[in-house]
Amino acid sequence: MKEFKREDREVKLFVGPQHPGVTGNMSFEITLEGDTLTSVKTHVGYLHRAFEKLMERRLYIQNFPLVCRICVPESDTNEENYARALEELAGIEVPERAKWIRTLVLELSRLQMFIRWMGGIAGTMGLSTAPQWAIGDRDYILDLFEELTGGRIYHIYILPGGVRRDIPEGFEERVLKVMDYIEKKLPDYDDLIFENSVFKKRLIGLSKLDPAWVEEIGVTGPVARACGFPFDVRKEQPYEIYDKLDFDIITETGCDMYSMALVRRREIDLSINLIRQIIDKMPKGEVWTPLPNVLYWKIPAGETYVKTEATRGEFGYYVVTDGSDKPRRIHVRGVSTPHAYTLLERLVPGMNISDFSVTIVGLQTCPPEIER
Amino acid sequence: MDIKGILKPLTAWKRAFKPPHTIEVPNKVTREGAERYRGFHVNDMDKCIGCGTCAAICENEAIKMIPINDPDKGNSGYRPRIDYGRCCWCALCVDICPTGSLEMTNEYTWVRETGDEFIFTPGIDIIGHEDKKDKGFKKDDKLNFLHLERVPMRELDPKERTQTFAEAVLGYSEEEARAEAERCVGCGLCISGCPDRMHIPDYIRAIAEGNDQKSLNIIYENNPLPEMCGKVCTRRCEFECSLGHLGEPVAIRWLKRYVVEQFDDLKKYVDAKPEPLNGKKVGIIGAGPAGLTAAYYLRLKGYETEIFEAAPKAGGMTFLGIPKYRFPIPSLDKQVELIESVGVKINYNSPVDSKKFKKIYDKYDAVFIATGAPKGMSMRIDGEDHPKVLAAIDFLKTINLGGTVDIGKEVVVVGGGNVAIDAVRVSKRLGANSYIAYRRRVVDMPADEEEIEATEAEGIPIYTQIIPLRVEDGPKGKVKLIYGKAKMVQEKEGARPRPVLIEGKEYEYVVDSIIVAIGQRPDLDFIPEDIRNKLEMEKRIIKVDKRQMTNIDKVFAGGDLANWTADAISAIADGLRAVKGIELYLSSKK
Ligand SMILES: Cc1cc2nc3c(=O)[nH]c(=O)nc-3n(C[C@H](O)[C@H](O)[C@H](O)COP(=O)(O)OP(=O)(O)OC[C@H]3O[C@@H](n4cnc5c(N)ncnc54)[C@H](O)[C@@H]3O)c2cc1C
Ligand code: SF4
Ligand code: SF4
Repeated sequence: MKEFKREDREVKLFVGPQHPGVTGNMSFEITLEGDTLTSVKTHVGYLHRAFEKLMERRLYIQNFPLVCRICVPESDTNEENYARALEELAGIEVPERAKWIRTLVLELSRLQMFIRWMGGIAGTMGLSTAPQWAIGDRDYILDLFEELTGGRIYHIYILPGGVRRDIPEGFEERVLKVMDYIEKKLPDYDDLIFENSVFKKRLIGLSKLDPAWVEEIGVTGPVARACGFPFDVRKEQPYEIYDKLDFDIITETGCDMYSMALVRRREIDLSINLIRQIIDKMPKGEVWTPLPNVLYWKIPAGETYVKTEATRGEFGYYVVTDGSDKPRRIHVRGVSTPHAYTLLERLVPGMNISDFSVTIVGLQTCPPEIER
Repeated sequence: MDIKGILKPLTAWKRAFKPPHTIEVPNKVTREGAERYRGFHVNDMDKCIGCGTCAAICENEAIKMIPINDPDKGNSGYRPRIDYGRCCWCALCVDICPTGSLEMTNEYTWVRETGDEFIFTPGIDIIGHEDKKDKGFKKDDKLNFLHLERVPMRELDPKERTQTFAEAVLGYSEEEARAEAERCVGCGLCISGCPDRMHIPDYIRAIAEGNDQKSLNIIYENNPLPEMCGKVCTRRCEFECSLGHLGEPVAIRWLKRYVVEQFDDLKKYVDAKPEPLNGKKVGIIGAGPAGLTAAYYLRLKGYETEIFEAAPKAGGMTFLGIPKYRFPIPSLDKQVELIESVGVKINYNSPVDSKKFKKIYDKYDAVFIATGAPKGMSMRIDGEDHPKVLAAIDFLKTINLGGTVDIGKEVVVVGGGNVAIDAVRVSKRLGANSYIAYRRRVVDMPADEEEIEATEAEGIPIYTQIIPLRVEDGPKGKVKLIYGKAKMVQEKEGARPRPVLIEGKEYEYVVDSIIVAIGQRPDLDFIPEDIRNKLEMEKRIIKVDKRQMTNIDKVFAGGDLANWTADAISAIADGLRAVKGIELYLSSKK
């Protein structure tokens, strides 16, 4: 009879490539000892759409319907980043009002992402009431997007030079109404999720980061802020009109999943607050500076890196132009890349298998932005 | 024990009694899409011109232009077919559509049994959402990918220009030309308006890209008189420009002008290498646009070409008829110089009579007649042979050849075309108080609307609905034009209203000269009678086939004497067609 060795007790499993939570297709090769994870290896490639390459073959304007798909639920960050990179390279001024509208859109987008995330994280723990609420409530924001941009998910609304249409009549009031509605519902979410003792029990202490990793790996966004790092592009390098808004960077100190959850929960309050500030202070005026003929638009040779604070952290576009009518190279920094690889691989050893998908959603990884 | 943490989540139960967010479709309420929702495409067939701009911007290649009807001027006959397997509903096509025909409804759902139905031609294939088209994604005035306004052309001040024969239009600067060229969407519908089918979008693009010499050479592919066209062309192309539907058409004429103006010595920049002579000779009568064009391109192809021209200069009516403030001599000379430099021989001051015609006919392998339409048409009223009644064409010719005409202080010009406009503006420049008398209304005038505007800006009155009745002697050596007023009568629906004399009342202009500009006709007296008698005509012009061949062996004809459009670019087009015709004819006669 064969001798029973330690290696034989290890089991290798594939998690995915179907959605491990609500995050998109990605596959993890996990090694288990009993129900304890010993290691993980992240595999991507199931969602590769070659957007960066495709963009090199399209006119600048034709890339807008592509960039909004890079991170499916957060189209606006991509549109804003790409537009701002082109504006910088081509020397295009954006009217003041357009910048305010863009910021409004970015915050509405952040808000719907975090609401959706609340549903997601609770869902991975079997608390399926939360996703029902979250998806329903997020839809009120998608209604606003539909009204403003003509699309619910893919907005193709932020274009170089400004935004595609001015806000419709009475839109501000409707935004404020939705904000009031969401704000009124937040205590219910708190009761259901954040103060839920099961939730707390499972998340406190889970996936605890060594704060030293943050800078070492390039961790950003709520994950870094949960470790006390005040990283927020909106403050560090304010873009659009973030320098005209009054807010503080949200941090927590627990370095664990619960702190990350709290940061995101507090971000929801912040976004609502910022949206109200924007509506209150938004100036009148033009929303678009005409572009050169978009069918032949050439941008002088140059390169730039622009970044924004996406819901998951620092999102960036590195754009190189060569004087032709198409970009020479575009590289997208998807926030999730360091989170889903190095960070996840470090967090996993010793973790119970049931916490694995909680961790993936807790890091808010987004495979589409990793693969592009 | 975290009692609160255990109890709080249970408060979620209070929601069990709330109605759900979800709306049941279609059994319950179908939620209406937002006002600007990007639903499904609709295309207004009355507006769509098949320009293909929508297909050009579509990054998904979801739009394929497919032939629907025969092409027409300004309408390709194609229409966009959309593949909903590829479309991503970005609506960039809607935003760029130059006519505003393409829109989207605010409809959410469209259910069909087969996928094939999602490849459809909006406006042709009925999808059942057409009635929903007042709402949905539409073009917005504020965001326009198209640049609808043209770069204005600088001109001499109207007061100043009536004192001089200096050029009235000043031309684009480099910056202005690039900006204007940048507006073109490259649809090419303009080509359908150009009798000569010039490669307009290509040469405009070259200007936009700062490559004037490339542009010049594209232009010279089928037009050897581009500065002339750049200054005086009737610009039929511009009327078909897709940008003209919601804005101003691209200033195609001024852009051509700009390009050629950049080069003083065309010989150095135009890539014109004549092929070695092939032994065949073509004799050409008349060095107007038609004759020059045929001679130039035939010579490039290796034919020996010789032109016989009655006037001391080439250019035809563009030299003899068009006033110098529109088309100055140096502009003409530099173009003719290039034509002669490739080996075209022009015999100036060589009017052809019937004897000479016979010689030419015998000596050359083919003959191209391009003597234009130099005779003014008559009003056919009593007293028209009065010495103070002049044909506009003779008046302008004399002035252009450096002569003088005593038109006196008060002049009425009868007519509403470009020749009438030229005659009245020249009279004004000669110091006369001149005005136009025209049969119909200003909107009916065949003259270029910019010319009409320029005339009005120069303070020249245009009197309309005037029917000349007879000419009589006036007091103190003056002459009287007796006229009646006309009412406009529309005989058939859609027909152009016709002026009908209001009987009974007569009026008069008492003037020093009456200049008649109601059309020109060819003068074929120089053709030997036996040939002339055989020559097939179509009313007053020579009948030719689509290669400009007449019914007389060896004889081709083109320009004003063979077409009804009677403008320079049509003459050039005729010249080019004759090149093909003569080539074909001579190659079949080895
Ligand atoms: C006043 C005026 C203004 C015009 N304005 C415009 C304008 O703005 N835009 C535009 O596009 N068109 C304009 N036109 C029309 C345009 O000039 C003509 O359509 C064009 O020149 C016709 O070219 P063609 O080669 O057929 O003949 P023409 O230009 O008439 O040339 C014929 C040539 O043949 C010569 N000729 C005639 N008989 C003989 C003979 N027996 N022997 C030798 N030589 C002979 C003549 O001297 C002349 O040089 C205008 C015409 C006139 C009269
Ligand atoms: S852009 Fe508009 S006018 Fe042109 S083909 Fe498309 S739908 Fe028709
Ligand atoms: S909506 Fe966008 S993808 Fe669809 S046909 Fe128009 S341009 Fe193409």
